[in-house]
Amino acid sequence: MAADTTDTAAGAATGGDTLAHIEAGLDALETSTEPESGRLRQVAASVLPPIVVLALIVAVWQLLYAAKIWPDWKLPGPSEVFSSLKDTFSGGDAWGAVGHSIGHGAVGFGASVALGTPLGILVGRYKAVRSGLGPILSGLQSLPSVAWVPPALMFFGPTPAMLYTVVLLGAVPSIAVGVMSGLDQVPPIYLRVGHNIGARGLASVRHVLLPAALPGYLAGLRQGWAFAWRSLLASEIIVQSASLGHSLGFLLKNSQDANDMSGAFAAIVLILAVGVAVNQLLFAPLERRVLKARGLA
Amino acid sequence: MTATVETSAPPGTVTSATGTAPAAVRLSGVGKTFAGGAPVLDGIDLTVAPGEFVCLLGASGCGKSTLLNLVADLDAPSSGTVEVPSGRAALMFQESALFPWLTAGENIDLALRLRGLSRRRDRQAETERLLDLVRLRGAYDKRPHQLSGGMRQRVALARALAQDTPVLLMDEPFAALDAITRDVLHEELIRLWEATGLAVLFVTHNVREAVRLGQRVVLLSSRPGRVAQQWEVDIPQPRRIEDKAVADLSVEITDHLRKEISRHGR
Repeated sequence: MAADTTDTAAGAATGGDTLAHIEAGLDALETSTEPESGRLRQVAASVLPPIVVLALIVAVWQLLYAAKIWPDWKLPGPSEVFSSLKDTFSGGDAWGAVGHSIGHGAVGFGASVALGTPLGILVGRYKAVRSGLGPILSGLQSLPSVAWVPPALMFFGPTPAMLYTVVLLGAVPSIAVGVMSGLDQVPPIYLRVGHNIGARGLASVRHVLLPAALPGYLAGLRQGWAFAWRSLLASEIIVQSASLGHSLGFLLKNSQDANDMSGAFAAIVLILAVGVAVNQLLFAPLERRVLKARGLA
Repeated sequence: MTATVETSAPPGTVTSATGTAPAAVRLSGVGKTFAGGAPVLDGIDLTVAPGEFVCLLGASGCGKSTLLNLVADLDAPSSGTVEVPSGRAALMFQESALFPWLTAGENIDLALRLRGLSRRRDRQAETERLLDLVRLRGAYDKRPHQLSGGMRQRVALARALAQDTPVLLMDEPFAALDAITRDVLHEELIRLWEATGLAVLFVTHNVREAVRLGQRVVLLSSRPGRVAQQWEVDIPQPRRIEDKAVADLSVEITDHLRKEISRHGR
């Protein structure tokens, strides 16, 4: 029967044209017509709440300061910290310190990504590697990376190599675990479809596995950056040397040595600001874009 | 063409196809047992002729999906042989399983690329043609989540056609759709089948759907899945699911299906 009608596509119950119209109608009805909210509105919705919360924190801080529960040198007021911040910037220390730390952070994080990604793929893909390395990676993740500072210092001396070692030990496990969980969460049906349409071996990894694991990977990167930044600051605060230069950690430690509480707060504000900025300017938009394209956000 | 089709013989007299007839899919004595479990499929003899539309019907636990996985080469039989002379069979699921990181057009494009169409221009033209075929012209840049369930299944169908295999395996592809959309897609599928001459092996638990679509309906028993009985559907296409002839045969098949199911309640 099929052979007779193979060449003539016509002859559907409602006729080809009518069917096309019904389909077009269904498509139109079932496609969402929800308007996208304005860009300005979106920005306002994401920027306003944190500003309000920040203002509240400063207000409470000012109240505590005005109540004079603690002396000035224990709890400086917001205005003192602000002027201390201004001094650091006008003295030229701030930009140098921020630049120094971000530079170290970027190199350390980059190296962590380069190492953590293939490691995560190995652990995620091969059962034997996973049962061997999985628990060690999880253990490393829970170990405070500051613990690595003393041995790294003894091994490398107060050099950048010591900084990077601590950063790598902090960030690589986190990124590898991120990759691993990203791979775990790939719906098996994608792999079956991929296999069916001809994605085998490396092609399957490239066309199916990696893109499917991307959201989990990005979450892992974000967490990896947080670990890298923390590890870096821990080493910078503990270890100072000429070859490490004037970093944010140095700024903070210096304030402690000078018993300058507003200087210490100013340094912490800077460290926080860098962490928030990297997250909000780099990772958050990237993640949002990826999730939105997949209809997940 | 109809040489391999068994007539609607009384129960238990199913004869297997002769070995010499051309086949798009041929299963001989296929059994499947998963580690430590009872057999899921047992002694399945089933031949799908080139261009034939066969519906595979059964209750839960009849191993319909397992059988499709065997034909799609996603799993290997424990006994017997599965032959797909063309080497490959395209596969569709209940979910469209379109890749959400690609647009509708890119999903089709990937299938073409993996099929070995290396020139971008060729792929572009072929993707357009396939989208046109499933009447989704202009949906190239749409993401899967921006499409309705019925549209996603049409894109999935286009992707399956992009594989350019003579065999299409469908695993309850319309089960998650509303009745109106399903009805339209039935018609669409028959239109495409007639236009392409594909052999279709269509798995469903919906008797009416099986009779609406198939040239032949194969009823599987459950636990283990065996071919219980087959019916040739002589009702000419275009059929409608509301047709009296479709309803009458559905009643007959449903009675058999119920008998199969009630065996398990005792």
